[in-house]
Amino acid sequence: MTILSRKAALEELERQAADSIRLTAEPLSQWRLALRRFRRRKSGMFGLGIVTFLVLVAVFAPLIAPYDPNEVLIGKEDVQKRSGPCIHLLGCPEDQPQHIMGIDGNVRDEFSRVVHGARVSLVIGLATVSVAILVGAALGAVAGYRGGWVDNVIMRILDVVLGFPALLLAIAIVAVLGPGLTNALIAISIVTIPQYARVMRAQVLAIKELDYVSASRALGATPRRILFRRVVPNAVTPLVVLGTLGIAGAILEAAGLSFLGLGAQPPTAEWGSMLASERNQVFTAPHLVFFPGIAIMLTVLGFNLMGDGLRDALDPSLNE
Amino acid sequence: MLGFSTRRILLAIPVLVGIVVVVFFLIRAIPGDPCTAILGERATEEACERFYAANGLNEPIWVQLWVYLQNLFTFNLGDSVRFSRPVTQMLIERLPLTTELATSALALSVLVGVPAGVISARRHNTAVDTATMAAANVGVSMPVFWLGLMLAYLFAFVLRDTPFQLPPSGRLSAGVRSTAFYDVWGWELTEGTTWSKFLEYLSNHVIANTFVTGQWDVWWDAVQHMILPAVALSTIPMAIIARITRSSLLEAMGRDYVRTARAKGVLESSVVRRHAFRNSLLPVVTIIGLQLGLLLGGAVLTETVFGLAGVGTGLVESIFARDYAVVQGFTFIVAAIYVVVNLVVDISYAWLDPRIRLE
Repeated sequence: MTILSRKAALEELERQAADSIRLTAEPLSQWRLALRRFRRRKSGMFGLGIVTFLVLVAVFAPLIAPYDPNEVLIGKEDVQKRSGPCIHLLGCPEDQPQHIMGIDGNVRDEFSRVVHGARVSLVIGLATVSVAILVGAALGAVAGYRGGWVDNVIMRILDVVLGFPALLLAIAIVAVLGPGLTNALIAISIVTIPQYARVMRAQVLAIKELDYVSASRALGATPRRILFRRVVPNAVTPLVVLGTLGIAGAILEAAGLSFLGLGAQPPTAEWGSMLASERNQVFTAPHLVFFPGIAIMLTVLGFNLMGDGLRDALDPSLNE
Repeated sequence: MLGFSTRRILLAIPVLVGIVVVVFFLIRAIPGDPCTAILGERATEEACERFYAANGLNEPIWVQLWVYLQNLFTFNLGDSVRFSRPVTQMLIERLPLTTELATSALALSVLVGVPAGVISARRHNTAVDTATMAAANVGVSMPVFWLGLMLAYLFAFVLRDTPFQLPPSGRLSAGVRSTAFYDVWGWELTEGTTWSKFLEYLSNHVIANTFVTGQWDVWWDAVQHMILPAVALSTIPMAIIARITRSSLLEAMGRDYVRTARAKGVLESSVVRRHAFRNSLLPVVTIIGLQLGLLLGGAVLTETVFGLAGVGTGLVESIFARDYAVVQGFTFIVAAIYVVVNLVVDISYAWLDPRIRLE
């Protein structure tokens, strides 16, 4: 902790004192302490706010969106394709149908598509990170716990994966599997496995030497029981942090793959592919590029801020 | 130092071999028959036989891998099915653009990111710090392709016919050509030799080529075309570099030797510049090396947005055209560059910080 100003120093001392008093008054669990530290960080709470907002938007998308995301409005309403936003509150004539983000190139309501895109993006983020964490943590735990040649083989293979620039390897994998959202998700999972495996391995290496693990071993617990009951539960904290930040990365990468035409395919309301299909119209219909991009940025920002906040709260030693 | 470098180089070899193997098996992992996958569903048996023979696909897999390795060492990356040209020739034309793009973006992100981090650390916990870090948070969250399109819209459309107008696509304006330095200097070259290919590769670095030969009009045109892609590509690394510089400098400022320097009355600016900043640069160097992966990946997106004929666009087009020799060759070259640059960064890191060598 670097202290430059007296005021900050005093505040920090007060905080520490307050913490220690509370600690003596009532013993707090690690998680409650972490929660308290998390709440103190404004940016982390802001991130949590964005993420909560997005989750609500995704869950209630059909209620929020005025149209079906794939509903073509030709013949139903008097609208032109790629016409700009029409918001009644901002002076758009009342007799025209309201489209707050305008109309896309296939005469669909852009706002409805952006809202439904939240579902796709959150699923992408959660799915890729879950798969990558499960596989990565399993590999890392086995490598760290077994050591020896098992460790060597697993880590050298993962080194090769890390040897590629991530997006490039993901592109190459999609090239083999064929373009599509599922294949893009598989590709992103594969390229992000090594980071989780490495962190898990480092954790396991440190934890397996601790006394309570030795005690468990002395009591005759099987290696599997020791690994999954004693070691792994104590090693997950950094994975939670990394996973949250990983969701941000995965969403960004998936949007990138979709932008290149390798991920989600039209007519799926995915932000990256929505952007891609209108990118040549950026001079005539900038709103069709602007809104999906803002949506991606907001989502990624939310997870990044939340991840940073979690890192500070759960494991101060992980701080950059 | 020599020992460390040797060890580090030896460690990189298995990774490079792994990359070659992965790239080699890419083409063989395509579901179904590679012949129909590449030549199309209606390829005759005869055509397939010829295709197998031409690509050595009749041989046992180990022989194929051996031949592939031999070819790599002679820079023979096979032929593009789509253009019937050597992949190496395509690289000679496309790689320089990607290199220039990535280098410009890296330079920009260091030139802006490091000072931003320093300012933020020196004004720790002030509005300046908060604003810089908020900007950095937004910077890491911004999709490269979206920023690229927005910049193009702003500088090529909104600001058109103003002095700030910048071209939204291409590498040079129509009609503008860069004359290769060996032509300018009147070198006698034999067509088709490795040497002439190498010189052609060098001369395709348009900005550098026009700079050394003094073709200033062309140089300025090329620079103008490079500004928007480089800015778009540089934001994420710039934000990361600013954050690392800030936290690393803050950590250094809390060290005993900084307190000592202050106690003996050294000027604050000098404390920061000579005592804290120099010692805080080490993590920044590592991070800069790692950013190259982001830059090479992001270059694919940036090139697509700005219609630049680089390795990235070549790769994506080849995927859609099922031109697997190109996919293989381009993937290999970019991954190899990445490994080698990280190797150089690691070694320079050890050179800067003697403690690393002893580990």
